[in-house]
Amino acid sequence: MKKERKVLLGVIAIVSIVLASGITLYLLQTHGRQQLTISTTTSLYDTGLLDTLKEEYENSHPEVTLAFISAGTGIAITHAMNGDADLILVHSPSQEYDFMNASYGVNRKIFAYNFFIIVGPTEDPAGIEGLGPIAALQRVCEYGRNQSGQVWVSRDDNSGTNTKEKGLWSEAGYDYDVIKNEAWFVSSGSGMGTTLNMANELQLYTLSDIGTFLKYSAEGLIELEGLVQAGESLLNVYSAIAVNSTKVQGVKFDLAMEFIQWIVNEEAQSIIENYGVEDLGSHLFYAAAQIVETSSPPDIYGWIRNYAFFKSQGQFYECPPEWRVGNYDLYSYEALLATNLQFRHSATLFPSTSSIQHLKRV
Amino acid sequence: MSLIGDLVEITLRSLFVSGMAAALATAIGLPIGMFMGLKKFRAQHVLKGIFNGLMAMPTVALGLVLYLVFSRSGPLGIFELLYTPWAMVIGQSILILPIVISLTTETIEHVDPKIRELALTLGADEKAAGAAVLRESFGGILLAVSAGFSRAISELGVALMLGGNIIGITRVLTTAIALETTRGEIALGLGLATVLLSLMLIINMTLRVAEKRVRWWLWE
Repeated sequence: MKKERKVLLGVIAIVSIVLASGITLYLLQTHGRQQLTISTTTSLYDTGLLDTLKEEYENSHPEVTLAFISAGTGIAITHAMNGDADLILVHSPSQEYDFMNASYGVNRKIFAYNFFIIVGPTEDPAGIEGLGPIAALQRVCEYGRNQSGQVWVSRDDNSGTNTKEKGLWSEAGYDYDVIKNEAWFVSSGSGMGTTLNMANELQLYTLSDIGTFLKYSAEGLIELEGLVQAGESLLNVYSAIAVNSTKVQGVKFDLAMEFIQWIVNEEAQSIIENYGVEDLGSHLFYAAAQIVETSSPPDIYGWIRNYAFFKSQGQFYECPPEWRVGNYDLYSYEALLATNLQFRHSATLFPSTSSIQHLKRV
Repeated sequence: MSLIGDLVEITLRSLFVSGMAAALATAIGLPIGMFMGLKKFRAQHVLKGIFNGLMAMPTVALGLVLYLVFSRSGPLGIFELLYTPWAMVIGQSILILPIVISLTTETIEHVDPKIRELALTLGADEKAAGAAVLRESFGGILLAVSAGFSRAISELGVALMLGGNIIGITRVLTTAIALETTRGEIALGLGLATVLLSLMLIINMTLRVAEKRVRWWLWE
């Protein structure tokens, strides 16, 4: 019996050592720090931008730990609705609108933008290079229907990129749910990286976010060509939305607001603008806060407004007044713009009632 | 933090989370497995079949179900376990419990019944006879525990859904491999996979070498 007792004691000792060290490790990492949980889209996280922002933020806010949960925009929003995230960073205006309209989200700030890109085989069999995005998709579809192989691969995972793709197909005059079942159309059901690999292996076209594409090209993983880029209809806008603490119990609203204030300040905006330029020779993201606040340059501002602003009482807002909580000095630029406008149009910018219509793409 | 520092930290966390999961699953699964192996009762085969079948539990599905349970809006939301290592420990122990139970049952059943009878005739009580069977099936139980541990440390679904792959808090080897792969850092992903596999080879080889010594020591 003594032997068994010794073995038992040994096992208990080992288990408690592992347990104690694990708990110590965990407490050391989280001790005295509040954790701000941020649910975010993969295209932001996978580029590594958020790790850089996290480092900067935690340097200047030693009492806070940022915890990023990287998932598609759809899942990010679900996390927030369940109260498992305090803040979301996403890129899908229509889904954001629904989220805020159901009063789950407040105090939206647009903080970055870039452009999606249509990529394909270097030989470009369908001949879409240099076309506009809509014409290019029409060409791809025609080409696909006139031959037997596969031509286009779609993520088909309800991510922000996939939502964008659906919008583009419908602009081009096709029903995504119909063409999805045609022989030339491949649904990968996977993330951007996997989908790009698939496009590369099978010589297909696809819609990609610029970050993943540049990264995969730079790493020599794919030999696809960027065929259609920039332009209004490929615009991609990232915004930060705080989870509404009156609707979802237990979220850290003040911490979330502190982060939103920070991400639109100059320091963070310059990190965003310059991220990856050195390594990849091209911008992955562009700073958006200044553009929104000053309405300039007018062309980009107009694109952002048309695509990512929400309409309330006949006015465009990055966040309609009804969906703002507290005073965090996020939208004071509107008063300045309004004064300027009043001189010109004597129009009022601030509606009081709350009938809101989501701005469909113009 | 340096790359090596990160690597060591992630590896230690993997060992801790899956080690705890294996310990928890053993604490619960070993008695159940012994009971099922030693006793005869009705529906035993059905129960065995159920545990055998549960060994095929899809990790993502288990992760999803447990996410809904641990979510702030879920039934256990008040404990705020989601996105902590504890949630991963619980999830992985549930995942590997059927493995520990099934393999333990199997190994106990295959111990020669004469050993137990012999112990009893030599004047041992039920408890001591049970211990004799346990000693005899030591190798099989070791396999049950190490198989459970291996499954836990190499699974992705539960770790990702319950841990969230948060750097410095819940990032483990498998979630790091998945992330680096989607990031296009293939070399880093393969490197991490090599670390995981080497670790498991070393641990299992050590266990097997140690087994002989422990066995000898138990027997005297």
